[in-house]
Amino acid sequence: MRKILLRLRVNGAHHEVAVRPSATVLDVVRDTLHLTGTKRGCDMGTCGCCTVLVDGRARLGCLTLAAEVEGCEVRTIESLREGEQLHPLQSAFAECGAAQCGFCTPGFLMTCSALLSRTPTPTPEQVKDAISGNLCRCTGYTKMYEAIDRAAAQMRTEPAREPELSSREAVSGGSR
Amino acid sequence: MTTWTSPAISSMRLERPRSLAHALDLLEADRGLTPMAGCTDLYVGIHFGSLKQRRFLDLQPLASLRKIQKRPDGTLVLGALVTYSQCLDSPLVARALPMLASAAKEIGGVQIRNRGTLGGNLGNASPAGDTLPVFLAADATVVLASARGVRRVPISQFFLGYRKTARRHNELITEIEVPPIAGKQWFRKVGTRAANAISKVVAAGVRGEGITFALGAVAPVAMRAYAAECALGSALPLSEAHRALRSEITPIDDLRSTAAYRARTACALLTQFWSETR
Ligand SMILES: Cc1cc2nc3c(=O)[nH]c(=O)nc-3n(C[C@H](O)[C@H](O)[C@H](O)COP(=O)(O)OP(=O)(O)OC[C@H]3O[C@@H](n4cnc5c(N)ncnc54)[C@H](O)[C@@H]3O)c2cc1C
Ligand code: FES
Ligand code: FES
Repeated sequence: MRKILLRLRVNGAHHEVAVRPSATVLDVVRDTLHLTGTKRGCDMGTCGCCTVLVDGRARLGCLTLAAEVEGCEVRTIESLREGEQLHPLQSAFAECGAAQCGFCTPGFLMTCSALLSRTPTPTPEQVKDAISGNLCRCTGYTKMYEAIDRAAAQMRTEPAREPELSSREAVSGGSR
Repeated sequence: MTTWTSPAISSMRLERPRSLAHALDLLEADRGLTPMAGCTDLYVGIHFGSLKQRRFLDLQPLASLRKIQKRPDGTLVLGALVTYSQCLDSPLVARALPMLASAAKEIGGVQIRNRGTLGGNLGNASPAGDTLPVFLAADATVVLASARGVRRVPISQFFLGYRKTARRHNELITEIEVPPIAGKQWFRKVGTRAANAISKVVAAGVRGEGITFALGAVAPVAMRAYAAECALGSALPLSEAHRALRSEITPIDDLRSTAAYRARTACALLTQFWSETR
């Protein structure tokens, strides 16, 4: 099958990848860029495990074609922490026990980071709505609400940090 | 590293048009080409194996279809690629078509709302599509374009049968035109978990000089309940309107609900519409 060459910006780094025209963002981040933090749960839009940020908005990697995000800024779970410093959401999820098996966690964290960057002080209703497209099959949601609250409070007291942009160029692909 | 790819997906072909005119030429030339917008219905169909098409026309490059505008005559014009999130953020929609905002708020989770489009909801033509009753109640017009010209189809004539629409293979839905609406707008969706449940019953209505009431998931197509509207308009008792409504809907039993539940719920929604728009 004919492949296309895409120039993508993922977590601040530029990548050139050769993929099938029908490759999704999820295919590319997991299988071509080997960023396997983004999970493939259902592959059909139901579970939210594949959530990434496209220009700051939560999007499902499994329902977004890679070709469409050329020229956009894609962020995956791998970019959430800053060096060794966990993102306040990550710390809060750990502290509150908001993850058990952890399969859904990257998706929740990305969805929540999109929420908190647009809405620093969300109402319980807004939190509930924001995570309604993410499913967790083991922890349940109570501890997540606690964690999101705690992270939001902490982020309000910290100066907003800009995600570090790496100028590293990477060329990969061709394997699909 | 193993690579997982759905066998169905790996055989797909994708055309990326440079402009609307180019897209329409591609459609004219290839009968087997299926338009693809947000993929939230299409990809699911491909995975389930229920979709046989393998050649797709990616509409995302057509930025001109992403606009929400108001014409001087008050007509609200919604581009086919407008997403639910855009509807929720739009002051024009909030003012002119609040029932669309209400519907958008209850569709999918945030990720689906950032992605699913109005054109896709109409094009998919599921009898349970949540915006369909809204556009029916609003007496909207579907604008269809082909390389041969533009056609305007009243929404009441757009849905021909289960998942069948008046769109011809060489046409794209480009816009949805909504005339100015006088009266109170109302929307209600009944389902389980909103983020990933298809409606059991969905309804929208307008109560002003005229009365419109439309329903989804109670017939093979989303429909206007003309008989019930008529009964309400002639100030007959609600029980008469319910009788009229039951006579015009044809709900079914399926894995999401039963015909009896749907008929009862449709009547309850009519009552609620009437009392809440007083
Ligand atoms: C998890 C999940 C939750 C969902 N929740 C809801 C819900 O609550 N309510 C609801 O109504 N739907 C829901 N859906 C279904 C879907 O998201 C909507 O129907 C959406 O509007 C489809 O838009 P799309 O752009 O993704 O369409 P696509 O999947 O790209 O296309 C759908 C169909 O429309 C055709 N099409 C698309 N655009 C055009 C055009 N411009 N011209 C001609 N034909 C066109 C395509 O050929 C295809 O047949 C859900 C889906 C998922 C996966
Ligand atoms: S893998 Fe994308 S929503 Fe489940
Ligand atoms: S922690 Fe296991 S699915 Fe959420």
